[in-house]
Amino acid sequence: MTKLLNELSIVEAARGLRAKEFSVRELWDACANAAKEKNPALNAYLELFDAGEEAIAAAQTRIDTEGEQAPLLCGIPIAMKDNILIKGHIASASSKMLANYTATYDATITKKLKEAGVLFVGRTNMDEFAMGSSTEHSAYGTTKNPLDVSRVPGGSSGGSSAAASAHTALAALGTDTGGSIRQPAAHTGLVGMKPTYGAISRSGLIALGSSLDQAGPLAKTVADAKILYDVMKGKDILDATTISSDTYPVRETGTHMRIGVPRHLLTEGLDADVLARFEETLEALKSAGHTVHDIELPTSGYALPVYYVIMPAESSANLARFDGMRYGLAERGASLLEDYVKSKTAGFGAETIRRILLGTFVLSSGYIDAYYRKAEKVRDILRAEYTSAFDVCDVIAFPTTPSPAFKFGEKSDPVSMYLEDVFTVTANLTGMPAISVPMGNVERDGTSLPTGIHFTAPHGADDVLFKIGALVTGETL
Amino acid sequence: MSTKATVEDVKRLASLARVDVPEEALASFAAEFDSILAYVGKLDELKLADSDRVLTTVRNVLRTDEGAYAPGTWTKAITDQFPAKEGESLSVKKILNHD
Repeated sequence: MTKLLNELSIVEAARGLRAKEFSVRELWDACANAAKEKNPALNAYLELFDAGEEAIAAAQTRIDTEGEQAPLLCGIPIAMKDNILIKGHIASASSKMLANYTATYDATITKKLKEAGVLFVGRTNMDEFAMGSSTEHSAYGTTKNPLDVSRVPGGSSGGSSAAASAHTALAALGTDTGGSIRQPAAHTGLVGMKPTYGAISRSGLIALGSSLDQAGPLAKTVADAKILYDVMKGKDILDATTISSDTYPVRETGTHMRIGVPRHLLTEGLDADVLARFEETLEALKSAGHTVHDIELPTSGYALPVYYVIMPAESSANLARFDGMRYGLAERGASLLEDYVKSKTAGFGAETIRRILLGTFVLSSGYIDAYYRKAEKVRDILRAEYTSAFDVCDVIAFPTTPSPAFKFGEKSDPVSMYLEDVFTVTANLTGMPAISVPMGNVERDGTSLPTGIHFTAPHGADDVLFKIGALVTGETL
Repeated sequence: MSTKATVEDVKRLASLARVDVPEEALASFAAEFDSILAYVGKLDELKLADSDRVLTTVRNVLRTDEGAYAPGTWTKAITDQFPAKEGESLSVKKILNHD
């Protein structure tokens, strides 16, 4: 069975373009038409873009003239999350607050992708300001999971996961503050990767938690995720927190990987069949000669409470800038203070206001020591525990989420929604890179749904994640 | 940290954050706050030594202040987003009243 052009991976499409099996125009049309056709039912995109004759022709010329030297991403249609700036396009972070905000500059990663010849299919729906795990907190309606439209596509990068999973783009970009790339990837059968903090520039990303945020790829294969990562990574003068290749020591792994598993975290709150897929994946790795080691991460049980102190604290500070003065929604009242209050109240959704209030609380006098400063101390301990665990293993593995994609409305109280990220937040707190790779399906109500295995690596060892990911999917990088 | 969030607390935080929580939503916000704080309050179980934070080797790095844009490069793109302006200036309400 031959794949349709929009169903190809980046690697397959790049090969086909160079072999002149099809043109950039044909590849673009296949994705753009699939997006047009499927978006009314999925609501993956808030807006579809027109790549334009000129950009399509330029990509084609580059492939024709440069051949194998042309960047692999040249002429490749990619979906963009709505919180990453593309000059001249609206970037709303799925908030009413920024409904009319047009980006005045390109994010550094946008610039790098444009230089590589990427064509953007559209901007994808998300939880407002990336606050959520289901896209149910978008101001523009929910996104449906293409594999079962009664279920969420994960979040906050749920529009991106739906867009790539439904083959309306060959891959998508997301941002990950507590699991927002990896969790939606797990729920839609994709590979999702959060790089080491600082590996990819945050310049031009609409900030949620500045010490936690990283952009990264959602792709159909590990090889595709690596291609996107390699183009986007690197030190950036516009982001002082970006790292260089020598910031962290190089980690060598042998032919056989040492996989650490914190068994004590898997004893409760995890679906039996998700655990079964996890064990089968480990068994397959073992029979290929890799080794599995029990490790202890005693403070990991506190990672999510720590996250729900630090993230609201940082987001309440970051979102203070949206005040209706210079751009975005501008409601007017009788005084300047009323202008602020009316703009914020009309612009922010309920979850955003909840987190702003929570952040205001944990930073307020009398509570900052008990909450914020304590959380920062625990964060140091988590980092130290992971670092010492990496003395005996190359990667740490657990399932990406405790369960497969859930139904709309199923997690209506905030804490149950927050628990979706119980496994993923630690990588954001420690700044370590992490990847989610499909590990087989489970059945719910007669529908087969994907699950993901999650690997964390030491700081700077992003490539080790692609290596272990490819071992799981059986790819050769 | 067995803080019980009250409607008054939510009102106070809302005013600090400059948002308006409607009267009818105050109680549900307070209740949600309680469940979030109860969850976050798990941190209280952790007894930490009263020591300073571990300092990492990561330092703040600032770039050299050079390569400035020519004046006016971004002015139009930015002022086009202003909700109200006079020429290239942003219009806002008076912040001091003398009456």
